[in-house]
Amino acid sequence: MKFALAGNPNSGKTTLFNALTGSTAHVGNWPGVTVDKRVGMYKKLGEQIEIVDLPGIYSMSPYTPEEVVSRNFMLEDKPDGIINIVDVTNLERNLYLTTQLLELDTPIIVALNMSDLLAKSGATVDIAKLEKALGVPCVEISALKGNNLQDLMKKAVAATKEKRIGWSVVKDSMITDLYNEVIGLYESTDMTDKAFHAVKMIENDELEIVHNLEIQEKVNLLKEDVDTGIFQGDYEGVVADARYKNITAHYSSALVKKENTGLSTSEKVDRVMTHRIWSIPIFLLIMFGVFHMTFSENLFYLGGLIPDSFDSAIFGSGKINSPGIILTNILGLGTGWIDGLISNALPAGTWYTGLIYNGIWGGVSAVLGFLMQILTLYFFIAILEDSGYMARVAFILDRAFRRMGLSGKAFMPLVMCFGCAIPGIMGTKTLENDAERRRTIMLTPFFSCGAKLPIWAAFGAVFAAQYSGINAEFLVFGTYIFGIAIAIIASFILKNTIVKGDTQPFIMELPTYHSPQARNITVLLWDKLKHYIKKVTTVIVGAIIVLWVLQSFNFRFEMVTDSAESIIGTIGRGISWLFVPLGFGMGENGWIFVVAAITGLIAKEMVVGTLGLFGGIEGAEGIEAGEIVGTSLGVLMLGIGGTIGGVSVAIPAMLSYMAFNLLSVPCMAAVAAAAGELNSRKHTWITIAFWMITSYLCSLVIFWLGTLIAWNPIIGISVAVALVIIIVGAIIIREKRNSRKALALL
Amino acid sequence: MEKLLKDFRPGEIGMVRNVKADGKIRRRLFDMGVTPGAEIMLRKVAPLGDPIQISLRGYELTLRKTEAETVIMEVSE
Repeated sequence: MKFALAGNPNSGKTTLFNALTGSTAHVGNWPGVTVDKRVGMYKKLGEQIEIVDLPGIYSMSPYTPEEVVSRNFMLEDKPDGIINIVDVTNLERNLYLTTQLLELDTPIIVALNMSDLLAKSGATVDIAKLEKALGVPCVEISALKGNNLQDLMKKAVAATKEKRIGWSVVKDSMITDLYNEVIGLYESTDMTDKAFHAVKMIENDELEIVHNLEIQEKVNLLKEDVDTGIFQGDYEGVVADARYKNITAHYSSALVKKENTGLSTSEKVDRVMTHRIWSIPIFLLIMFGVFHMTFSENLFYLGGLIPDSFDSAIFGSGKINSPGIILTNILGLGTGWIDGLISNALPAGTWYTGLIYNGIWGGVSAVLGFLMQILTLYFFIAILEDSGYMARVAFILDRAFRRMGLSGKAFMPLVMCFGCAIPGIMGTKTLENDAERRRTIMLTPFFSCGAKLPIWAAFGAVFAAQYSGINAEFLVFGTYIFGIAIAIIASFILKNTIVKGDTQPFIMELPTYHSPQARNITVLLWDKLKHYIKKVTTVIVGAIIVLWVLQSFNFRFEMVTDSAESIIGTIGRGISWLFVPLGFGMGENGWIFVVAAITGLIAKEMVVGTLGLFGGIEGAEGIEAGEIVGTSLGVLMLGIGGTIGGVSVAIPAMLSYMAFNLLSVPCMAAVAAAAGELNSRKHTWITIAFWMITSYLCSLVIFWLGTLIAWNPIIGISVAVALVIIIVGAIIIREKRNSRKALALL
Repeated sequence: MEKLLKDFRPGEIGMVRNVKADGKIRRRLFDMGVTPGAEIMLRKVAPLGDPIQISLRGYELTLRKTEAETVIMEVSE
């Protein structure tokens, strides 16, 4: 037996699904569209009951992927019954979807969720009245506390034993006659769900029309005689109006309210959280807190209070680590132990030790190194999301984001990218508009991810040791800021050129705040973790094997001892001229930097490792940035770019190299994730090309500007300032023209 | 008196008379309960001046001024 679980977003659907199915749920993707579907089993009634969690929807209109997916599932997969979850504290809007589900012939049971919250507010629902008006069984439940769930399932199973014929509230509306005539046209067909199809046909629903062109012609004739008043022939409006009128007339009276007693808790919280002045500082503080808890090695800046004698490999020495770092260290102990096992088990110096230990295990453990921080970041963002705060963030930031061609909803996926671009790309699912989703995905590499940090740290340490004018921390921080600046400019350019199309309309519910549910967050983290590990391990392990082959064999497939002679070494030397204009391809060692950057396209963890391999240090990806100073690798890095006319261009070449690594293709796993979300070969290639071109151009500008400044600081800096003025000016002028155009349209 | 939802001040209450948006946005507004006859209160304006937060049918909804511009309201003098 199979039930569909349908309801509005924020109606407690996920909580009910988790409560009913326990840990049996598994997540899959719907074919063709990127909407998650979850299936689980309810086992408490003896027989096996399958429950399919449909995406949260407000309507069965044909406009969003979620709606189309839910609709197709109910029409084509024909579940034995529908459990319609309704938030009783928001009855009116939730019943709007119910009036649409009632049009199907499928047996329905209405689960009135959050009844405990309603009782607390002093209101009650007249169940008998509601059941009579809807004509289907209704059960009061609390998904959170698990109240009445067995009763719900028993009644749901009982409901499937009786045959049900769908009906529509449109039968009592301003178009009653039209509805009766249209349903008459469907009576002669052998279709099921006649009421549903009839209403969709009246609404001129595009998915309905393509299947029943003949009926449409007849309906169009019938419509000529109908007067739709203020709707002026807008039948979608007529039907929506009929639904809400019906709900107000019949069902709202089932809700017995107590006299309104001032502000609700949610309203009080929002007086602070979305305050005109304080909301933005509060938001910045929260985001800082989240990053601090994830990445800081000096939690709450308690370093001064902790005695220097405090020394723990896990909790920090002389200061306390943040939870993110503590978890990373604990995982590090585990991977270190496995590391020992593998290196002891494999004989040293054989080819398969190189592949398994240095190659596959090295890559996997490097990825695992970021796992805990990504998970910690996810944990805090899940709390903000589940509590309802993320919707407020979208509300606060929407205006600023819209300037760049994004909506406030793009904020969360982009923040995720500081941890890893892959969950960020997967998170763009929540953006409804295709153009906006594509733009957001294209910006993801510019938010420097965890795997890139070792590159910044290594260059920062080595160059700071050599040149007194460079501060390592400032260089790392500056890289992050540079990435964000490029994202803003790139987003603006994309909006006006290759990915046109305005942002999606921003019509979004601000859900009531509630305390985050431990169970929901655990389930979510577990899902994400599985998804992430699967994606990363398959793609990364594959890429590592390919890379290992390329770097261990020459073109005649003979093993080489000197990597410079390998396939990748030969290719690197062959194409390094392409990167001569960017500076880092110059000089006798230029090809090494080129090869390292190319391996970085596969996975950014490998850049420092590859440099170490050619610089004569094995396992460079594992050593602390500061320890590279003075080694042969450090010397190699300081020689980047060589000289022009006898003057070293190491600093401009280094900056150009960092920019290239920051802005280019982040890694193969991210490309795979982007291909999955873009769902189009063409757009995937455009995205890859965009990353490569952006990184090439930015590195080019940085190198030559840097060289100019090194040659003559006054001219160089003047040119740099002029360039910034031109870019900012062009954006402002274009924005003005856009808004004037928008005004002209009104 | 007729007034656009966009021009409402925080705390102002009115009734929807008509929605002038097109296609998808119109449908979305209807689905969210912004239909003729619905009572709407403007709750607040976002810190940067857009979007706005409204209260209707017992819940809170946010929309941009470009969308609120299409909602024609009836307010008592």
